[in-house]
Amino acid sequence: MRVPSWLRSDRAGLALLAVLAALALVVPALNLLVAADHPLHLSAYTVTLLGKYLCYALLAVSVDLVWGYMGILSLGHAAFFALGGYCFGMYLMRQIGARGVYGDPVLPDFMVFLNWTELPWYWLGFDQFWFAALMVLAAPGLLAFVFGWFAFRSRVSGVYLSIITQALTYALMLAFFRNEMGFGGNNGLTDFKDALGFPLHADSTRIVLFLLSALALAGGYLACRWLVSTRLGRVLVAIRDAEPRARFLGYRVERVKTLVFAFSAMLAGLAGALYVPQVGIINPGEFAPLNSIEAVIWVAVGGRGTLVGAVVGAVLVNYAKTWLTGALPEVWLFALGGLFVAVTLLLPRGLVGLLRRRGATA
Amino acid sequence: MSELISELDAGGMHAPVEPVDASHGILLYLEGVSVTFDGFKAIDNLSLYVADGELRCVIGPNGAGKTTMMDIITGKTKPDAGRVFFGQTIDLLQLDEPAIARIGIGRKFQKPTVIEPLTVLENLELAMSGAKRLRGLLTTRLAGAERDRIAAVLERVGLTAQAGRLAGILAHGQKQWLEIGMLLMQEPRLLLVDEPVAGMTPAEMERTAELLKSLAGEHSVVVVEHDMGFVRSIADKVTVLHQGRVLAEGALEDLQADPRVIEVYLGDGHAAG
Ligand SMILES: Nc1ncnc2c1ncn2[C@@H]1O[C@H](COP(=O)(O)OP(=O)(O)OP(=O)(O)O)[C@@H](O)[C@H]1O
Ligand SMILES: [Mg+2]
Repeated sequence: MRVPSWLRSDRAGLALLAVLAALALVVPALNLLVAADHPLHLSAYTVTLLGKYLCYALLAVSVDLVWGYMGILSLGHAAFFALGGYCFGMYLMRQIGARGVYGDPVLPDFMVFLNWTELPWYWLGFDQFWFAALMVLAAPGLLAFVFGWFAFRSRVSGVYLSIITQALTYALMLAFFRNEMGFGGNNGLTDFKDALGFPLHADSTRIVLFLLSALALAGGYLACRWLVSTRLGRVLVAIRDAEPRARFLGYRVERVKTLVFAFSAMLAGLAGALYVPQVGIINPGEFAPLNSIEAVIWVAVGGRGTLVGAVVGAVLVNYAKTWLTGALPEVWLFALGGLFVAVTLLLPRGLVGLLRRRGATA
Repeated sequence: MSELISELDAGGMHAPVEPVDASHGILLYLEGVSVTFDGFKAIDNLSLYVADGELRCVIGPNGAGKTTMMDIITGKTKPDAGRVFFGQTIDLLQLDEPAIARIGIGRKFQKPTVIEPLTVLENLELAMSGAKRLRGLLTTRLAGAERDRIAAVLERVGLTAQAGRLAGILAHGQKQWLEIGMLLMQEPRLLLVDEPVAGMTPAEMERTAELLKSLAGEHSVVVVEHDMGFVRSIADKVTVLHQGRVLAEGALEDLQADPRVIEVYLGDGHAAG
C-alpha cells in the first residue's frame, strides 16, 4: 500500500491514525475479552465515554477546517452537530415503534402526549436508516449552505459573522424548545431502543458505535487533511490571510467559503449523529451557544490550523471536563474561561504548536 | 447549483465570453468617472485611456485618487457616474472583482500582499490562471506544463532560488516581485501596479524598472509611483492626477516644466512638508 505524498509528510496525522487504530483494537479487547472483575477491564460506560470524546474530536476538526484554515470563526458549529444528532435521533425514535409507553405503532410518545393524530410530514422517511443517514449530512449541510450563501455573499465577516452564527444556534435552540415544532420540545428525543435491530444498551453495540466513531474521526481527519493539501487548501489560506488578494486573483471567495462551510457542517452533523445513540438522548440544550464556544476552545487549546490539534484539544478538554464536573462542578465554567484566556495569551499556537517548537529546538 | 459547484472562479451571469477587443489600439477606457465618499469627491469626472501594450505612469500627490482609480478598474469600488471599458466591448462596471481578474486585469496592491505561510512556488501556483475551477483545485499535484510556467515566472522575477521558501520570510523587495510574479501567472492583458518601489533599495528599484519595462508591449502596464527618479527611468507617458482629475498628461520633461504641475507639487508639497 502506498501512502500518498500529502499524508506521508503529515507525521502528526499518521501518529493520530496509529493511535486510533490502536484504540480500535485495544478498547474492544479490554471490554469484551477481559473479565469484568479484572482491573484492566473497560466498562461499557468508559467505552461510551471514549466514543463521545471521538465525536467531539470530529466536531473540533470540522471547526478547525473553517476557523484554522479559512479564518471563519464559527460560533455556531454545535448547531450542525445537534441537527445531525436530531436527524439520527428521529430514526431511533421511529425504531421504537409500538414499544413506547403509549404503544402507538407510528407516533413517538411525545406526539401522542400532545394529542397529535398523525406524523408531521418532516418525520416521514425517518423510519428508513438510509434516509436518516442521508439527512444527517444533508440537513446541516443545507442549513450551512443557505446560511453561508447569504452571509458570505453580503461579505459579512470577522466578529459580525461570529455573532450571527451564535444567533443562528440560539434561534434554533429556542425553536427546538417549542413543543409545536414536533421534536419533543424540552425533553428532546430519548428512550431509544435499537438501531438496525441492534439493542443500544448492549455492550457489543456500544463497541460498534465506538468503532464507528473512531472510523468517522479518521475519515473526517483524512478528508480535511487532503482538502487542505490540495490547491483549494491554499486558496483557503489565501482567503484567511488576504481575502482581497484571493478575489483579485479571480477566486469567487464567497463560493469557496460557502462550499467549505457546508462541508464542515456535514462533518459536524456526522459527529452529532454518532454521538446521540451513545449518550441516548438529544435535546435542545445541544444548541446552547456555549456548546459552540466550547468547541472553539478545544481547537484553540490543541492548536488552530493543525487539525491534529483539534483532536488533541477536544479529548483533553473533555477529559478535564468529565473529571472536574465530577469533582467540583461549580468550577468548570471558570476553568474553561481561564483555560481560554491562558491559551490565547500564552499558547497562541496551542499544544501542538508548543510541541512543534520543542521539536524544532531540540 | 451545478454552475456554482463547478466554478469557484469568475463566471456567472455577466461573464463575458468574448476575449478583449483592443482593435482600436486602446485597451482601457475611463470616461467621465466620478466617485464620492461621504460627500467628498475622490474621483471627479476622470477620463483616461491606456493603449494596448503601453507602459503608463500615474503620479500625483497623496490623496489624488490614484488607488481609488485602481479600485474602480478592478471592481472594488463602483463609481457614481462614468464609463469604464476594457477594450471595445467589455463593460467593467458590470463585473465584480473575480470576473475582472479572470478577463485579464491583474493588480498589485499598494501594501505588498503575498500569502505569507505559503512558499513562493505555492503563491505562484495559487495565482495560476486556468486552475480555478473546483476540479482543477482538488489536486495536490502540479502538471509538467504548469511547472514550466511557474519556473518561467520565477526566472522572470528573479526568485528561482527562493522557490521553496516561505513568502513571509522574503525581503520586502522580494515580496513586491513575488506579487508581480503572481500577476504574471494570471496572464493579464493589463497590469495595475500600485507603488511598486516604496521601501526599495536603489539596486532593487533598478531591477524593478527593468522588470516593468520588459512587461510592456506584451502587456499594458499602469504604474502608480511617487518616486520621480523611478518614474523617469521607466515611463514614456505620464499622467498627473490631482484632486481626482487628470491635471496633465505627456512626457515627464514637459510635465516638469508645466506650471500647473509645479504648482500642485511644489505648492502643496511645500505646504504639506
Ligand atoms: N473607501 C473610502 N472611503 C472614504 N474615503 C476614501 C475611501 N477610499 C479613498 N478615500 C479617500 O479618497 C481620496 C483618494 O484616496 P486614494 O487612496 O485614491 O489616494 P492616492 O492617490 O492613492 O494616495 P496615496 O498616494 O497616498 O496612496 C483620499 O482622500 C482618501 O481618503
Ligand atoms: Mg494610493
